[in-house]
Amino acid sequence: MQKQMFPLIAKHALVRRRGKVLVGPIDLSLQGQGTSIVIGPNGAGKTTLLKMLHGIERMNGGSLDWACPKAEAQRRQAFVFQNPIMMRRSVVDNIAYPLQLTGVGRDEARARAAVWAERINLGDALDRQAVLLSGGERQKLALARALIREPDVLFLDEPCASLDGRATREIEEILTEAAATGTRLIMSTHNMGQAQRLADEVLFVLRGNIHEFTPAKEFFAGPITSQAQAFLNGDIVE
Amino acid sequence: MTDLLDGMVRAFWLVVTLDRDLVEITLRSLRVTLTALAIASAIALPFAALLSVRRFRMRRVTIAVLNALMGLPPVVVGLIVYVFLSRSGPLGVLGLLFTPTAMIIAQVIIIVPLIASIAHQSLRELWSDYHDLLISMNASQVQRIKALLWDGRRALLTAALAGFGRAIGEVGAIMVVGGNIDHATRVLTTAIALETGKGDFAMALGLGFVLIAMAIAVNLAIHWLGHTETEGRW
Repeated sequence: MQKQMFPLIAKHALVRRRGKVLVGPIDLSLQGQGTSIVIGPNGAGKTTLLKMLHGIERMNGGSLDWACPKAEAQRRQAFVFQNPIMMRRSVVDNIAYPLQLTGVGRDEARARAAVWAERINLGDALDRQAVLLSGGERQKLALARALIREPDVLFLDEPCASLDGRATREIEEILTEAAATGTRLIMSTHNMGQAQRLADEVLFVLRGNIHEFTPAKEFFAGPITSQAQAFLNGDIVE
Repeated sequence: MTDLLDGMVRAFWLVVTLDRDLVEITLRSLRVTLTALAIASAIALPFAALLSVRRFRMRRVTIAVLNALMGLPPVVVGLIVYVFLSRSGPLGVLGLLFTPTAMIIAQVIIIVPLIASIAHQSLRELWSDYHDLLISMNASQVQRIKALLWDGRRALLTAALAGFGRAIGEVGAIMVVGGNIDHATRVLTTAIALETGKGDFAMALGLGFVLIAMAIAVNLAIHWLGHTETEGRW
Protein backbone atom coordinates (compact mmCIF):
# COMPACT_ATOMS: atom_id res chain seq x y z
CA MET A 1 0.00 0.00 0.00
CA GLN A 2 1.51 3.29 -1.10
CA LYS A 3 1.67 6.07 1.40
CA GLN A 4 -0.32 9.25 0.84
CA MET A 5 1.79 11.84 -1.03
CA PHE A 6 -0.06 14.97 0.03
CA PRO A 7 0.01 17.49 1.53
CA LEU A 8 3.04 18.96 -0.20
CA ILE A 9 4.40 21.61 2.13
CA ALA A 10 6.91 24.27 1.12
CA LYS A 11 8.46 26.42 3.83
CA HIS A 12 10.42 29.50 2.80
CA ALA A 13 11.41 27.63 -0.38
CA LEU A 14 13.84 29.68 -2.41
CA VAL A 15 15.59 29.36 -5.77
CA ARG A 16 18.43 31.73 -6.54
CA ARG A 17 20.62 31.84 -9.63
CA ARG A 18 23.70 34.03 -10.03
CA GLY A 19 22.71 35.98 -6.96
CA LYS A 20 19.22 36.75 -8.25
CA VAL A 21 16.18 35.29 -6.53
CA LEU A 22 14.03 33.57 -9.16
CA VAL A 23 11.43 32.08 -6.86
CA GLY A 24 10.57 32.54 -3.22
CA PRO A 25 10.67 32.55 -0.38
CA ILE A 26 7.48 30.56 -0.78
CA ASP A 27 5.20 29.06 1.85
CA LEU A 28 2.66 26.73 0.36
CA SER A 29 0.52 23.75 1.24
CA LEU A 30 -0.94 21.75 -1.64
CA GLN A 31 -3.62 19.15 -0.98
CA GLY A 32 -4.19 15.95 -2.91
CA GLN A 33 -7.32 16.75 -4.86
CA GLY A 34 -8.15 18.81 -7.91
CA THR A 35 -6.18 20.60 -10.57
CA SER A 36 -3.95 23.54 -9.69
CA ILE A 37 -3.27 26.07 -12.40
CA VAL A 38 -0.26 28.36 -12.14
CA ILE A 39 -0.71 31.66 -13.96
CA GLY A 40 1.26 34.87 -14.16
CA PRO A 41 3.07 37.11 -16.62
CA ASN A 42 6.15 36.05 -18.59
CA GLY A 43 9.24 35.79 -16.40
CA ALA A 44 7.19 35.61 -13.20
CA GLY A 45 8.82 32.30 -12.22
CA LYS A 46 6.08 29.81 -13.14
CA THR A 47 8.44 27.32 -14.78
CA THR A 48 11.01 27.58 -11.99
CA LEU A 49 8.25 27.13 -9.40
CA LEU A 50 6.98 23.96 -11.13
CA LYS A 51 10.51 22.58 -11.51
CA MET A 52 11.23 23.36 -7.87
CA LEU A 53 8.09 21.56 -6.71
CA HIS A 54 8.96 18.61 -8.97
CA GLY A 55 12.49 18.52 -7.60
CA ILE A 56 14.54 19.17 -10.73
CA GLU A 57 15.37 22.75 -9.74
CA ARG A 58 17.76 22.85 -6.82
CA MET A 59 16.58 24.98 -3.91
CA ASN A 60 18.89 27.44 -2.24
CA GLY A 61 16.89 27.73 0.94
CA GLY A 62 13.84 26.51 2.81
CA SER A 63 12.28 23.08 2.59
CA LEU A 64 9.87 21.09 0.48
CA ASP A 65 8.26 18.05 2.04
CA TRP A 66 5.90 15.44 0.67
CA ALA A 67 3.85 13.31 3.04
CA CYS A 68 5.78 10.25 1.85
CA PRO A 69 9.56 9.69 1.64
CA LYS A 70 11.27 11.85 -0.99
CA ALA A 71 12.46 8.91 -3.13
CA GLU A 72 8.94 7.48 -3.26
CA ALA A 73 7.51 10.90 -4.11
CA GLN A 74 9.98 11.27 -6.98
CA ARG A 75 8.97 7.90 -8.40
CA ARG A 76 5.28 8.83 -8.34
CA GLN A 77 5.42 12.09 -10.27
CA ALA A 78 6.12 13.17 -13.83
CA PHE A 79 6.76 16.39 -15.72
CA VAL A 80 5.76 17.61 -19.18
CA PHE A 81 8.02 20.38 -20.44
CA GLN A 82 6.94 23.39 -22.48
CA ASN A 83 9.29 22.33 -25.27
CA PRO A 84 8.89 18.57 -25.18
CA ILE A 85 12.21 16.75 -25.21
CA MET A 86 12.19 14.02 -27.82
CA MET A 87 14.63 11.20 -27.30
CA ARG A 88 16.42 10.08 -30.47
CA ARG A 89 14.19 7.05 -30.74
CA SER A 90 10.99 5.97 -32.39
CA VAL A 91 7.61 7.12 -31.11
CA VAL A 92 6.90 3.80 -29.42
CA ASP A 93 10.35 3.63 -27.82
CA ASN A 94 9.97 7.17 -26.49
CA ILE A 95 6.69 6.32 -24.80
CA ALA A 96 8.00 2.97 -23.53
CA TYR A 97 11.20 4.40 -22.06
CA PRO A 98 9.87 5.39 -18.58
CA LEU A 99 8.50 1.86 -18.12
CA GLN A 100 11.84 0.34 -19.06
CA LEU A 101 13.49 2.51 -16.42
CA THR A 102 11.35 0.80 -13.80
CA GLY A 103 12.41 -2.64 -14.96
CA VAL A 104 9.53 -3.52 -17.30
CA GLY A 105 10.79 -5.71 -20.17
CA ARG A 106 11.22 -4.15 -23.60
CA ASP A 107 8.45 -6.11 -25.30
CA GLU A 108 5.89 -5.47 -22.59
CA ALA A 109 6.86 -1.79 -22.38
CA ARG A 110 6.49 -1.42 -26.16
CA ALA A 111 3.12 -3.18 -26.11
CA ARG A 112 1.81 -0.84 -23.42
CA ALA A 113 3.33 2.14 -25.24
CA ALA A 114 1.54 1.11 -28.43
CA VAL A 115 -1.79 1.27 -26.57
CA TRP A 116 -0.95 4.79 -25.41
CA ALA A 117 0.11 5.76 -28.93
CA GLU A 118 -3.33 4.68 -30.16
CA ARG A 119 -4.97 6.81 -27.46
CA ILE A 120 -3.12 9.91 -28.63
CA ASN A 121 -3.75 9.16 -32.33
CA LEU A 122 -0.14 8.22 -33.07
CA GLY A 123 -0.91 4.56 -33.59
CA ASP A 124 0.13 4.72 -37.23
CA ALA A 125 3.45 6.38 -36.41
CA LEU A 126 4.87 3.90 -33.92
CA ASP A 127 8.15 3.40 -35.73
CA ARG A 128 8.57 6.96 -36.92
CA GLN A 129 11.44 8.90 -35.35
CA ALA A 130 9.98 11.13 -32.64
CA VAL A 131 12.04 14.14 -33.71
CA LEU A 132 10.14 14.17 -37.00
CA LEU A 133 6.76 14.74 -35.32
CA SER A 134 4.90 18.05 -35.45
CA GLY A 135 4.68 20.32 -32.39
CA GLY A 136 1.24 19.03 -31.37
CA GLU A 137 2.24 15.40 -31.88
CA ARG A 138 5.38 15.92 -29.83
CA GLN A 139 3.39 17.40 -26.98
CA LYS A 140 0.92 14.50 -27.06
CA LEU A 141 3.81 12.05 -27.08
CA ALA A 142 5.38 13.82 -24.09
CA LEU A 143 2.05 13.58 -22.30
CA ALA A 144 1.68 9.87 -23.05
CA ARG A 145 5.28 9.29 -21.92
CA ALA A 146 4.53 11.07 -18.66
CA LEU A 147 1.23 9.26 -18.06
CA ILE A 148 2.33 5.74 -18.96
CA ARG A 149 3.72 5.22 -15.46
CA GLU A 150 0.37 6.36 -14.04
CA PRO A 151 1.87 9.09 -11.86
CA ASP A 152 0.01 10.37 -8.82
CA VAL A 153 1.15 13.90 -9.63
CA LEU A 154 1.71 15.38 -13.06
CA PHE A 155 3.42 18.73 -13.53
CA LEU A 156 2.83 20.46 -16.86
CA ASP A 157 4.62 23.58 -18.02
CA GLU A 158 2.39 25.32 -20.58
CA PRO A 159 1.71 22.09 -22.46
CA CYS A 160 -0.48 23.78 -25.06
CA ALA A 161 1.70 26.82 -25.78
CA SER A 162 1.87 27.46 -29.54
CA LEU A 163 -0.49 24.59 -30.36
CA ASP A 164 -3.58 24.92 -32.54
CA GLY A 165 -7.11 24.54 -31.20
CA ARG A 166 -7.50 20.91 -32.19
CA ALA A 167 -4.26 19.80 -30.54
CA THR A 168 -5.13 21.84 -27.46
CA ARG A 169 -8.54 20.16 -27.21
CA GLU A 170 -6.99 16.70 -27.57
CA ILE A 171 -4.49 17.44 -24.83
CA GLU A 172 -7.16 18.87 -22.54
CA GLU A 173 -9.24 15.70 -23.05
CA ILE A 174 -6.30 13.54 -22.02
CA LEU A 175 -5.68 15.76 -18.99
CA THR A 176 -9.32 15.69 -17.94
CA GLU A 177 -9.30 11.91 -18.24
CA ALA A 178 -6.10 11.68 -16.18
CA ALA A 179 -7.54 13.96 -13.50
CA ALA A 180 -10.71 11.86 -13.40
CA THR A 181 -8.66 8.73 -12.73
CA GLY A 182 -6.94 10.37 -9.76
CA THR A 183 -3.84 12.05 -11.17
CA ARG A 184 -3.18 15.34 -9.43
CA LEU A 185 -2.43 18.01 -12.05
CA ILE A 186 -0.27 21.05 -11.37
CA MET A 187 0.03 23.06 -14.55
CA SER A 188 1.08 26.48 -15.76
CA THR A 189 -0.66 28.20 -18.64
CA HIS A 190 -1.01 31.54 -20.37
CA ASN A 191 -4.38 30.59 -21.76
CA MET A 192 -7.04 32.01 -19.41
CA GLY A 193 -9.79 30.06 -21.16
CA GLN A 194 -7.89 26.85 -20.53
CA ALA A 195 -7.26 27.87 -16.93
CA GLN A 196 -10.99 28.38 -16.39
CA ARG A 197 -11.83 25.06 -18.06
CA LEU A 198 -9.37 22.98 -16.06
CA ALA A 199 -8.63 24.73 -12.78
CA ASP A 200 -9.96 23.84 -9.35
CA GLU A 201 -7.55 26.27 -7.73
CA VAL A 202 -5.32 29.03 -9.04
CA LEU A 203 -1.83 30.08 -8.02
CA PHE A 204 -1.12 33.58 -9.30
CA VAL A 205 2.64 34.06 -9.50
CA LEU A 206 4.34 37.42 -9.75
CA ARG A 207 8.04 38.25 -9.37
CA GLY A 208 8.79 34.75 -8.09
CA ASN A 209 6.18 34.79 -5.36
CA ILE A 210 2.69 33.40 -5.03
CA HIS A 211 0.48 36.47 -4.81
CA GLU A 212 -2.79 34.58 -4.70
CA PHE A 213 -3.73 31.01 -4.02
CA THR A 214 -7.50 30.69 -4.21
CA PRO A 215 -10.26 28.43 -5.57
CA ALA A 216 -10.62 28.98 -9.32
CA LYS A 217 -14.22 30.18 -9.17
CA GLU A 218 -13.37 32.86 -6.62
CA PHE A 219 -10.27 33.91 -8.52
CA PHE A 220 -12.00 34.35 -11.84
CA ALA A 221 -15.03 36.01 -10.18
CA GLY A 222 -12.82 38.63 -8.57
CA PRO A 223 -9.21 38.20 -7.49
CA ILE A 224 -8.05 39.66 -4.20
CA THR A 225 -4.96 41.54 -5.36
CA SER A 226 -4.94 44.45 -7.80
CA GLN A 227 -2.07 42.84 -9.74
CA ALA A 228 -4.11 39.68 -10.36
CA GLN A 229 -7.08 41.79 -11.44
CA ALA A 230 -4.84 43.76 -13.81
CA PHE A 231 -3.45 40.49 -15.21
CA LEU A 232 -6.97 39.16 -15.82
CA ASN A 233 -7.89 42.45 -17.50
CA GLY A 234 -5.01 41.95 -19.90
CA ASP A 235 -2.98 44.86 -18.55
CA ILE A 236 0.79 44.71 -18.45
CA VAL A 237 1.84 43.45 -15.04
CA GLU A 238 5.49 43.46 -13.99
CA MET B 1 55.42 10.15 -61.23
CA THR B 2 56.76 6.87 -62.53
CA ASP B 3 56.94 5.56 -58.97
CA LEU B 4 53.32 6.54 -58.44
CA LEU B 5 52.15 4.72 -61.54
CA ASP B 6 54.35 1.72 -60.72
CA GLY B 7 52.85 1.75 -57.23
CA MET B 8 49.31 1.68 -58.55
CA VAL B 9 50.12 -1.15 -60.95
CA ARG B 10 51.92 -3.01 -58.17
CA ALA B 11 49.02 -2.52 -55.79
CA PHE B 12 46.55 -3.71 -58.42
CA TRP B 13 48.71 -6.74 -59.13
CA LEU B 14 49.17 -7.59 -55.44
CA VAL B 15 45.43 -7.49 -54.89
CA VAL B 16 44.47 -9.36 -58.05
CA THR B 17 46.93 -12.18 -57.41
CA LEU B 18 46.01 -12.27 -53.71
CA ASP B 19 49.68 -12.13 -52.80
CA ARG B 20 50.19 -14.37 -49.75
CA ASP B 21 52.39 -11.89 -47.88
CA LEU B 22 50.01 -9.04 -48.60
CA VAL B 23 47.00 -11.03 -47.40
CA GLU B 24 48.85 -12.05 -44.24
CA ILE B 25 50.00 -8.50 -43.47
CA THR B 26 46.59 -7.01 -44.26
CA LEU B 27 44.74 -9.49 -42.07
CA ARG B 28 47.18 -8.87 -39.23
CA SER B 29 46.74 -5.11 -39.63
CA LEU B 30 42.97 -5.53 -39.46
CA ARG B 31 43.10 -7.93 -36.53
CA VAL B 32 45.40 -5.72 -34.46
CA THR B 33 43.54 -2.49 -35.26
CA LEU B 34 39.99 -3.81 -34.86
CA THR B 35 40.90 -5.50 -31.56
CA ALA B 36 42.47 -2.29 -30.31
CA LEU B 37 39.43 -0.34 -31.51
CA ALA B 38 37.00 -2.67 -29.71
CA ILE B 39 38.95 -2.48 -26.45
CA ALA B 40 39.46 1.29 -26.71
CA SER B 41 35.77 1.89 -27.49
CA ALA B 42 34.73 -0.25 -24.54
CA ILE B 43 36.86 1.99 -22.31
CA ALA B 44 36.42 5.38 -23.95
CA LEU B 45 32.69 5.52 -24.71
CA PRO B 46 31.34 4.79 -21.20
CA PHE B 47 34.05 7.08 -19.80
CA ALA B 48 32.91 9.89 -22.13
CA ALA B 49 29.30 9.34 -21.07
CA LEU B 50 30.28 9.36 -17.41
CA LEU B 51 32.16 12.64 -17.94
CA SER B 52 29.00 14.09 -19.48
CA VAL B 53 26.52 13.13 -16.78
CA ARG B 54 28.58 13.32 -13.63
CA ARG B 55 29.89 16.42 -11.92
CA PHE B 56 32.99 15.85 -9.79
CA ARG B 57 35.80 17.95 -8.42
CA MET B 58 38.49 17.36 -11.08
CA ARG B 59 36.08 17.10 -14.04
CA ARG B 60 37.34 20.12 -15.98
CA VAL B 61 40.95 19.13 -15.47
CA THR B 62 40.14 15.58 -16.60
CA ILE B 63 38.52 16.88 -19.80
CA ALA B 64 41.45 19.21 -20.48
CA VAL B 65 43.95 16.38 -19.95
CA LEU B 66 41.88 14.09 -22.19
CA ASN B 67 41.91 16.68 -24.96
CA ALA B 68 45.64 17.20 -24.55
CA LEU B 69 46.25 13.44 -24.75
CA MET B 70 44.67 13.35 -28.21
CA GLY B 71 48.02 14.57 -29.46
CA LEU B 72 49.96 11.90 -27.61
CA PRO B 73 53.19 11.19 -29.59
CA PRO B 74 52.92 7.53 -30.70
CA VAL B 75 56.66 6.91 -30.50
CA VAL B 76 56.68 8.00 -26.87
CA VAL B 77 53.73 5.71 -26.15
CA GLY B 78 55.63 2.91 -27.87
CA LEU B 79 58.68 3.64 -25.77
CA ILE B 80 56.74 3.60 -22.51
CA VAL B 81 54.96 0.35 -23.42
CA TYR B 82 58.35 -1.06 -24.44
CA VAL B 83 59.84 -0.19 -21.04
CA PHE B 84 56.90 -1.81 -19.24
CA LEU B 85 56.96 -4.97 -21.37
CA SER B 86 60.70 -5.42 -21.74
CA ARG B 87 62.26 -8.30 -19.83
CA SER B 88 63.52 -6.01 -17.07
CA GLY B 89 60.26 -4.04 -16.95
CA PRO B 90 57.39 -4.50 -14.47
CA LEU B 91 55.35 -6.57 -16.97
CA GLY B 92 58.30 -8.32 -18.59
CA VAL B 93 57.29 -11.64 -17.09
CA LEU B 94 54.27 -11.72 -19.42
CA GLY B 95 56.56 -12.03 -22.45
CA LEU B 96 54.41 -9.74 -24.58
CA LEU B 97 57.10 -7.60 -26.20
CA PHE B 98 57.33 -8.03 -29.99
CA THR B 99 53.92 -9.67 -30.18
CA PRO B 100 50.64 -8.41 -31.73
CA THR B 101 49.31 -8.06 -28.17
CA ALA B 102 51.94 -5.43 -27.41
CA MET B 103 50.91 -3.60 -30.58
CA ILE B 104 47.29 -3.71 -29.49
CA ILE B 105 48.19 -2.31 -26.06
CA ALA B 106 50.08 0.59 -27.65
CA GLN B 107 47.23 1.35 -30.06
CA VAL B 108 44.65 1.26 -27.26
CA ILE B 109 46.67 3.80 -25.28
CA ILE B 110 46.94 6.06 -28.33
CA ILE B 111 43.29 6.00 -29.40
CA VAL B 112 41.42 5.94 -26.06
CA PRO B 113 41.87 9.72 -25.48
CA LEU B 114 40.93 10.47 -29.10
CA ILE B 115 37.71 8.42 -29.01
CA ALA B 116 36.78 9.61 -25.52
CA SER B 117 37.32 13.25 -26.39
CA ILE B 118 35.30 13.20 -29.62
CA ALA B 119 32.58 11.11 -27.96
CA HIS B 120 32.44 13.50 -25.03
CA GLN B 121 31.81 16.45 -27.35
CA SER B 122 28.70 14.81 -28.81
CA LEU B 123 27.45 13.25 -25.60
CA ARG B 124 27.76 16.55 -23.76
CA GLU B 125 25.35 18.14 -26.25
CA LEU B 126 22.99 15.19 -26.03
CA TRP B 127 23.10 15.35 -22.24
CA SER B 128 22.18 19.05 -22.28
CA ASP B 129 19.08 18.02 -24.29
CA TYR B 130 18.22 15.07 -22.05
CA HIS B 131 19.24 16.49 -18.67
CA ASP B 132 15.86 17.67 -17.37
CA LEU B 133 13.96 14.75 -18.88
CA LEU B 134 16.11 11.99 -17.42
CA ILE B 135 16.33 13.62 -14.02
CA SER B 136 12.57 14.12 -14.09
CA MET B 137 12.12 10.42 -14.90
CA ASN B 138 14.31 9.55 -11.94
CA ALA B 139 16.80 7.66 -14.11
CA SER B 140 19.82 6.32 -12.24
CA GLN B 141 23.34 7.27 -13.31
CA VAL B 142 23.81 3.94 -15.10
CA GLN B 143 20.47 4.37 -16.89
CA ARG B 144 21.46 7.89 -17.98
CA ILE B 145 24.76 6.62 -19.36
CA LYS B 146 23.00 3.79 -21.20
CA ALA B 147 20.49 6.21 -22.71
CA LEU B 148 23.24 8.54 -23.91
CA LEU B 149 25.29 5.71 -25.41
CA TRP B 150 22.30 4.23 -27.20
CA ASP B 151 20.73 7.43 -28.47
CA GLY B 152 24.10 8.93 -29.40
CA ARG B 153 25.33 5.78 -31.11
CA ARG B 154 25.63 7.29 -34.56
CA ALA B 155 27.77 10.17 -33.32
CA LEU B 156 29.80 7.65 -31.34
CA LEU B 157 30.38 5.71 -34.53
CA THR B 158 32.18 8.76 -35.90
CA ALA B 159 34.36 8.86 -32.78
CA ALA B 160 35.16 5.16 -33.19
CA LEU B 161 35.98 5.65 -36.88
CA ALA B 162 38.37 8.48 -35.98
CA GLY B 163 40.05 6.04 -33.60
CA PHE B 164 40.18 3.41 -36.34
CA GLY B 165 41.77 5.92 -38.74
CA ARG B 166 44.41 6.84 -36.21
CA ALA B 167 45.17 3.22 -35.31
CA ILE B 168 45.30 1.76 -38.82
CA GLY B 169 47.75 4.44 -39.94
CA GLU B 170 49.93 4.22 -36.85
CA VAL B 171 53.55 3.23 -37.35
CA GLY B 172 55.83 4.67 -34.65
CA ALA B 173 54.56 2.88 -31.56
CA ILE B 174 53.91 -0.48 -33.16
CA MET B 175 57.31 -0.44 -34.79
CA VAL B 176 58.89 0.01 -31.34
CA VAL B 177 56.82 -2.58 -29.47
CA GLY B 178 56.19 -4.98 -32.39
CA GLY B 179 59.60 -4.92 -33.96
CA ASN B 180 58.25 -5.40 -37.54
CA ILE B 181 59.06 -9.10 -37.47
CA ASP B 182 58.18 -10.95 -40.68
CA HIS B 183 55.26 -13.39 -40.27
CA ALA B 184 54.82 -12.25 -36.66
CA THR B 185 54.28 -8.53 -36.13
CA ARG B 186 54.64 -7.00 -39.59
CA VAL B 187 51.62 -4.90 -40.55
CA LEU B 188 50.91 -2.66 -43.53
CA THR B 189 52.38 0.53 -42.07
CA THR B 190 55.58 -1.07 -40.79
CA ALA B 191 55.94 -2.92 -44.10
CA ILE B 192 55.62 0.39 -45.96
CA ALA B 193 58.33 1.90 -43.74
CA LEU B 194 60.55 -1.11 -44.43
CA GLU B 195 60.08 -1.01 -48.22
CA THR B 196 60.72 2.73 -48.26
CA GLY B 197 63.92 2.16 -46.29
CA LYS B 198 64.98 -0.46 -48.83
CA GLY B 199 64.32 2.00 -51.65
CA ASP B 200 61.49 -0.05 -53.19
CA PHE B 201 59.12 2.90 -53.57
CA ALA B 202 56.79 1.09 -55.95
CA MET B 203 56.19 -1.70 -53.44
CA ALA B 204 55.83 0.85 -50.61
CA LEU B 205 53.29 2.81 -52.63
CA GLY B 206 51.49 -0.38 -53.57
CA LEU B 207 51.10 -1.29 -49.92
CA GLY B 208 50.05 2.31 -49.22
CA PHE B 209 47.24 2.12 -51.75
CA VAL B 210 46.08 -1.15 -50.24
CA LEU B 211 46.10 0.50 -46.80
CA ILE B 212 44.04 3.45 -48.03
CA ALA B 213 41.57 1.18 -49.83
CA MET B 214 41.19 -0.96 -46.70
CA ALA B 215 40.59 2.08 -44.49
CA ILE B 216 37.92 3.38 -46.87
CA ALA B 217 36.31 -0.07 -47.13
CA VAL B 218 36.09 -0.47 -43.37
CA ASN B 219 34.64 3.04 -42.96
CA LEU B 220 32.03 2.38 -45.65
CA ALA B 221 31.17 -0.98 -44.14
CA ILE B 222 30.68 0.52 -40.67
CA HIS B 223 28.58 3.39 -42.05
CA TRP B 224 26.47 0.93 -44.01
CA LEU B 225 26.00 -1.36 -41.01
CA GLY B 226 25.15 1.62 -38.79
CA HIS B 227 22.58 3.07 -41.25
CA THR B 228 24.20 6.44 -40.60
CA GLU B 229 22.68 8.19 -43.57
CA THR B 230 19.28 6.54 -43.53
CA GLU B 231 16.56 9.15 -43.85
CA GLY B 232 14.90 10.17 -40.62
CA ARG B 233 17.23 8.27 -38.35
CA TRP B 234 19.92 9.35 -35.93
